[in-house]
Amino acid sequence: MFWIVGFVLLFVLPILNVLPADDSWLHVSDFALNRFGKFLAFAILALGLDLIWGYAGILSLGQGVFFGIGAYCMGMHLMLTIGSQSVYGSALPDFMVWNQVTELPFFWKPLYSFSAAVLAGLLAPACFALIFGFLAFRSRIRGVYFAIITQALALMAWLVFNRNETNLGGTNGLTDFKTLLGFRLSAPGTQLALYVITVLCLGGAYATCRWIIASRAGRVLIAIRDSEQRVLFSGYSPATYKLFVFVVSAVLAGLAGILYVPQVGIITPAQMGVLPSLEMVVWVAVGGRATLVGAIVGAVGVNLGRSILTNSFPELWPFFLGGLFVVVVLLFPDGIMGIARQIRVKLAERAVRLPKTQAVEEE
Amino acid sequence: MDESHHRMKSLIGIGVIAACLWWCATGSVAAEAQANMSPSPQLEQALVDVSSEQEGTREQAVRLLIEQGDASLLPRLEELRANADRSLRMAIKPVIDTWRNRANLVSPDADTRRTAATDLGMYGRPAAIPWLQAAAAKESHRWVRYAMEESALLLQLASDNPAGQEQAAAKLGDMRSQNAAPALQALVQAGGGESATGEQKALAHGAAAAIERIESWNVWSSTIETLFRGISLSSILLIMSLGLAIVFGLMGVINMAHGELMMIGAYATFVVQECFKLYFPESWFDSYYLAALPAAFLAAALFGLILEATVIRFLYGRPLETMLATWGVSLILIQAARMYFGDLTAITAPSWLNGGAQVLVGVFLPFNRLFIIGLSILSVIGIYALLFRSSIGLRVRAVTQNRSMSACLGIPTRKVDAYTFAFGSGLAGIAGWALTLVGNVEPGLGQNYIVDSFMVVVTGGVGKLAGTIIASLGIGGLNKLMEPSLGAVYGKVLILVLVILFLQRRPSGLFAVKGRHAEG
Repeated sequence: MFWIVGFVLLFVLPILNVLPADDSWLHVSDFALNRFGKFLAFAILALGLDLIWGYAGILSLGQGVFFGIGAYCMGMHLMLTIGSQSVYGSALPDFMVWNQVTELPFFWKPLYSFSAAVLAGLLAPACFALIFGFLAFRSRIRGVYFAIITQALALMAWLVFNRNETNLGGTNGLTDFKTLLGFRLSAPGTQLALYVITVLCLGGAYATCRWIIASRAGRVLIAIRDSEQRVLFSGYSPATYKLFVFVVSAVLAGLAGILYVPQVGIITPAQMGVLPSLEMVVWVAVGGRATLVGAIVGAVGVNLGRSILTNSFPELWPFFLGGLFVVVVLLFPDGIMGIARQIRVKLAERAVRLPKTQAVEEE
Repeated sequence: MDESHHRMKSLIGIGVIAACLWWCATGSVAAEAQANMSPSPQLEQALVDVSSEQEGTREQAVRLLIEQGDASLLPRLEELRANADRSLRMAIKPVIDTWRNRANLVSPDADTRRTAATDLGMYGRPAAIPWLQAAAAKESHRWVRYAMEESALLLQLASDNPAGQEQAAAKLGDMRSQNAAPALQALVQAGGGESATGEQKALAHGAAAAIERIESWNVWSSTIETLFRGISLSSILLIMSLGLAIVFGLMGVINMAHGELMMIGAYATFVVQECFKLYFPESWFDSYYLAALPAAFLAAALFGLILEATVIRFLYGRPLETMLATWGVSLILIQAARMYFGDLTAITAPSWLNGGAQVLVGVFLPFNRLFIIGLSILSVIGIYALLFRSSIGLRVRAVTQNRSMSACLGIPTRKVDAYTFAFGSGLAGIAGWALTLVGNVEPGLGQNYIVDSFMVVVTGGVGKLAGTIIASLGIGGLNKLMEPSLGAVYGKVLILVLVILFLQRRPSGLFAVKGRHAEG
């Protein structure tokens, strides 16, 4: 199954984008592919969130922060590569010229290099999660307390990134990117390559999460979710495992941010605040907690619904999103995957009632 | 709010003008009796001279008019002004203003008297000194008298009599007059120059001493104001957090729609206001605010009851899911309010909450903030009485401490949950009612302070009211304390860091319920 989906995502869609004529029904437009690439970047983040929420039972309402940090690292690199092609012709990003900043702030300087930007986009969320998680888990902040604290974190990050004096572009964020590693971002070829890279990263992230869950650590994580006390009394240190999985999820969120920025072309504080962070949770809830596939399905599905709805009925989207929160939590706690499983069970039950030979044939 | 304020102001203005007219009328009768005997020749000449083209003559006339004329001549000047060119209007304006202010010094309204005194002090006409002194001697209102004396001294300070100036500087220093600081500063600078005379130096010395006293008082008054702002924010947070904390303590649930229940309370207030505008005589308008209190409480409580019955009861024992579901509800409510009421809805605060009280020099406490502080204290007392002095409260506390044991003893825990939730929601409605005094009524109203109030609940811990009170005082106070030095944003960041560090020592808040359960 993994390989089939991988094949479709990695080969079939790009080929359908490149080969058929523009008016053919098989043709996947550049726009659709680009949009899909964005959803897949979100899916990477959802995998990380599923890992900590679905498997370890820690609800983090601050994933947007890690996503934002990763995205800003990449965005800052892209800003720097614009160089003096900007509106004001200065080597500094435009917003710094507006804000009368004359010298590049020190934390921007290393990001001239692409590899440094990617590394920073992964490591900065990791370090941040490490410090935050260490303090939180060490003192056994959990459950509702952890959720509230991470929500406050999202609010603070939003406030700080909105400020002009932090030199991160303020409310307008970073945008107007031109090239990545010398390739023009507006070229369809570049976007196609970014899509392929996103699919590969998603595959890698999925495999990593699979591996973590299948490992002994994964068993401990699930045990923590079900009864942290017993894990503690069995001689494990839940805090270490929780910290580990929290950092992994932060790195995945950072990676999602890195892939998001060049495909979408803008990053603003609005994408990392309280509401986006909560929306990320609903992706996982819709797809189905504690199923990695569910996280991916949920992220893609909800975002697809969002982009369709906000286009045709923009004022209805909050109702839909809010309704989704309520309905999924109340009626479908296991999300789409749960529904699929129920259907499968029903089918299996029906199959059992049939004569044995027939059932075998049907399978 | 502005509208009624303006209406009130214009009413006062009309009243004052009417008083002036009456005064003029009676005065003119007397004047006829006096047969234009005393002021006329000079003043009449001045009234003519004002229209003169020559700068010197005009200035002299203006001075004369200000010094010797009074409000009884207002109609004549108005007449002049009506068919005058711009420069003449500009010349006449100070005369009219001075006369008006002089007349206003004896107005029955304290605010008018005070504004008049301050204005006279600012125009810098030495002729006003005796008027101000005379008015101050008769004045009974402390802060109006203060303004009159201050203005008189300011005028004296601006005069060219060194002895008087020095005396004024010393007295202004005694009064800790904040308005005097710029003038005193100028005197210090004048005395610091190379070419300063001995008199100027002595004056500068006196002024510097006065500035020092004023500034040391400024430190105090700004500390007091910061404290007040901190307490005011704390009381807002407290009012918001009380309902949240009770529900959290009882059911372990953080109601993310709490902010929107506040919004419902605020909109209920708005609707009551509109009803009063439509169906009741205007003189009743001010009482709409009191009528809105039960409306806000009931609307929010009813909604809370519905929320509990349709969503929360099905998620019992799953606090994280409850958070998500209530967040969904809050999204729907915000959007519904936005579509129904639009983005901005104006609330007119009742007139008895406009303005404020001056308690010390430079310390001014607005009534609406004082009202909220008082309300939060009342709420705490009310909740305390309800929880600790009533049988319902006993049940709530029992369920909070040990749900299954309470159920065994025959307490209907589900009912207790539902009613407590409705009560907590009603408290949110009251918070919304109070918040209409300090902000706009808008769909996002609940979002402004909500994360802060979640932090209050988490920091305060469950089960004890004192935790919530101390946490909101701490978070609100620190917020305002750090705002001047760090700015609002970094102050908030620092508070988050402090809360996290604090939770290191007490993971389940200030006052955790101590017991034998391993699960904290």
